[in-house]
Amino acid sequence: MTGLPAQTAPAVKEALGGGPEPEGPRGNGWWKSDAGESTRRNLALIAVLAGLILIGIITKPDLYGQEGWWISNVWAILKLGSTVGVIAVGMTFVIIGGGIDLSVGAIIALAGVWSTTVATQEMGTFFMILTALTVGVGVGLINGFLISYGRLVPFIATLAMLVAARGLAAWISNKQTQQTDNRTINAIAAESFLGVPLLVWILGIVVLLGWVLLNRTTFGRRTVAIGGNVEAARLAGINVRLHTMMLYALAGLCCGIGAIMLTSIGTSAQAAMATNYELDAIAAVIIGGTLLSGGRGTIVGSLLGVVIFSTITNLFTLNALSSEVQNMVKGGIIVAAVLIQQFRFNSVSLFFKRNRVTAPS
Amino acid sequence: MTQHDPVRRRFLLGGAALGAGALLAACTSNESGGDNNNAQTQGNNNASPNANSAPGKKVTIGFSAPAADHGWIAAITSNAKAQAAEYSDVTFSTVEAGADAAAQRSALSTMISQKPDVIVLLPHDGKELNAFGLEAMKAGIPVVNLDRAFPDALAYRLQIKGDNYGMGVAAGNYIAAQMKAKGVSAPIIGEIAGIDNLELTQERTAGFNAALAANGMKVANRRAAQFTVDSGQAEMSQLLQALPKMDALWNHDDDQGIGVLAAANQANRKEFLMVGGAGSKAAIEAIQADNSVLKCTVTYSPSMASSAISLARLIAQGKGMSDLVELQVPKEIILASETITKENASTYLPLGFS
Repeated sequence: MTGLPAQTAPAVKEALGGGPEPEGPRGNGWWKSDAGESTRRNLALIAVLAGLILIGIITKPDLYGQEGWWISNVWAILKLGSTVGVIAVGMTFVIIGGGIDLSVGAIIALAGVWSTTVATQEMGTFFMILTALTVGVGVGLINGFLISYGRLVPFIATLAMLVAARGLAAWISNKQTQQTDNRTINAIAAESFLGVPLLVWILGIVVLLGWVLLNRTTFGRRTVAIGGNVEAARLAGINVRLHTMMLYALAGLCCGIGAIMLTSIGTSAQAAMATNYELDAIAAVIIGGTLLSGGRGTIVGSLLGVVIFSTITNLFTLNALSSEVQNMVKGGIIVAAVLIQQFRFNSVSLFFKRNRVTAPS
Repeated sequence: MTQHDPVRRRFLLGGAALGAGALLAACTSNESGGDNNNAQTQGNNNASPNANSAPGKKVTIGFSAPAADHGWIAAITSNAKAQAAEYSDVTFSTVEAGADAAAQRSALSTMISQKPDVIVLLPHDGKELNAFGLEAMKAGIPVVNLDRAFPDALAYRLQIKGDNYGMGVAAGNYIAAQMKAKGVSAPIIGEIAGIDNLELTQERTAGFNAALAANGMKVANRRAAQFTVDSGQAEMSQLLQALPKMDALWNHDDDQGIGVLAAANQANRKEFLMVGGAGSKAAIEAIQADNSVLKCTVTYSPSMASSAISLARLIAQGKGMSDLVELQVPKEIILASETITKENASTYLPLGFS
């Protein structure tokens, strides 16, 4: 960015304005309409969520009727989704930026295992947290470096990391479950502050920071620009490689936070922890309306996606239904959510097209 | 200034990364200082030496088990290794079985070509690896199947396994007896199972249900976890929501039980009694300490790997089990599932795996 000659500025405007899709940080009007679109998508998700909760109330009136049960169930649902929610924030950035990160579950396992070794635990709470965050960011940087400067396809680079990080985690932990007696760490999952569980606080803070970063900073705008059109973003003077690397580091940081949360939740870490979290996070992000090809997406949508998934799990548990049915429903919901969004989008544009065609005649 | 800044920043970043790396590398150590020998073996050092353990013909035992991702499988592998090391006449060669049945199959195919005297394997899935058993037996190598049965009797020389059904029965009987002792007529019973599409999980559940039914009880809510701590915690946290009051819970696996216990503590729930499964060291210690909801565990001990190695050696040497009249090792051994409570916990503690 710094070394860019001043005369590229007109070229930038030309590239952005003349491109086939009027996308980019300074495009005219796209932001407004896109914002409206995401709000509509998120409202649809909230409707789905309300429907699920309604089904819960109808099928289990006895539970919902109990004093204080309702609020405890809300916390149980949010706590269940808290770790996936945090990594979904990082995943949203990566996917909006046109990438994908398959290694998030493995990074959680590696960071979790690394921060709960006997040697790390002896150094105390602060160092455990520092280790988890550093490992997360470090692995994220390696991912980003391979993708940006090594020119590996994100799918391949992070797939390799998925395998390698789990391998390293298994090697460090010697395939054992590493329990932690650290009271501060274990308290994260057990304690509340102002009546709200600490896990939910962490989720809320990460989501809020993610929202601000995406919507109110140049970093966020650049992410959208890169995901929308890499070439235009590069011509606009964005250091695409460095920025992409930072996106994966951000996803890694979220995994570091997630590792601490999950370690606390299970009072232990093991190489098999957070299995399939990458799929849960990606599914939540996609349901949340983020384009898998990048360039568009919202943090709130991803959060809603996560909460919908944990609500389904909760609903099935309340009704003592088996997990195979639950998995089928989850799969169905992924397809349905994307179908509905596609259908709406197409029908709206079709509607406009038809009007434009039929109006003169 | 602006020209030099990025360079300096990069240099500083690089330095910081190096420093962090050096610091982190120092903390991958897992040496606890205590004794690390958790293996359960049966060696030559008994008070009454066994004639069978005297060195005999030199044999090579090939071993394969799925890559350990949790305590029980890890204990299987380490027990097998440790037991083989007890014998001076055994050469132990192991292949990692990879991620699934297909990977294990191809790893084992290379093992056949190395012609070990006997192969001990814990298959990913008994049905999927059945063909391998047939292939090895056809090649003249006796196969010892550890724990996950082959459907075809021609596919193995010896099958040694835990009693999954019996495990469920033991857990069910313990819970039924406790409920009757407490005078709870219609108890609310929860169940946290392991990976649901494994046959062993289904057998455990079938045994549990049968034992409860015999006592006029039934499971109110059953969740299937993944044998991992975090999945156990997740399922338990929701189960506790579904059952605001619970009398008893059976959790199939002590390793995932760490998460199940954590969920109970986090939700501040203590009104029920919990029965574990497998018999891990941590679980047995908790039962002994008697300060949590965990009151009992039913064994499914990975010590079976040690026994499998001993028996494989006898098969290769053509010897029988000295306590039996027969001159050869039997074809099938099913280990009884034992019930560990506070009263006998100290006896079982040495057999607990970590």
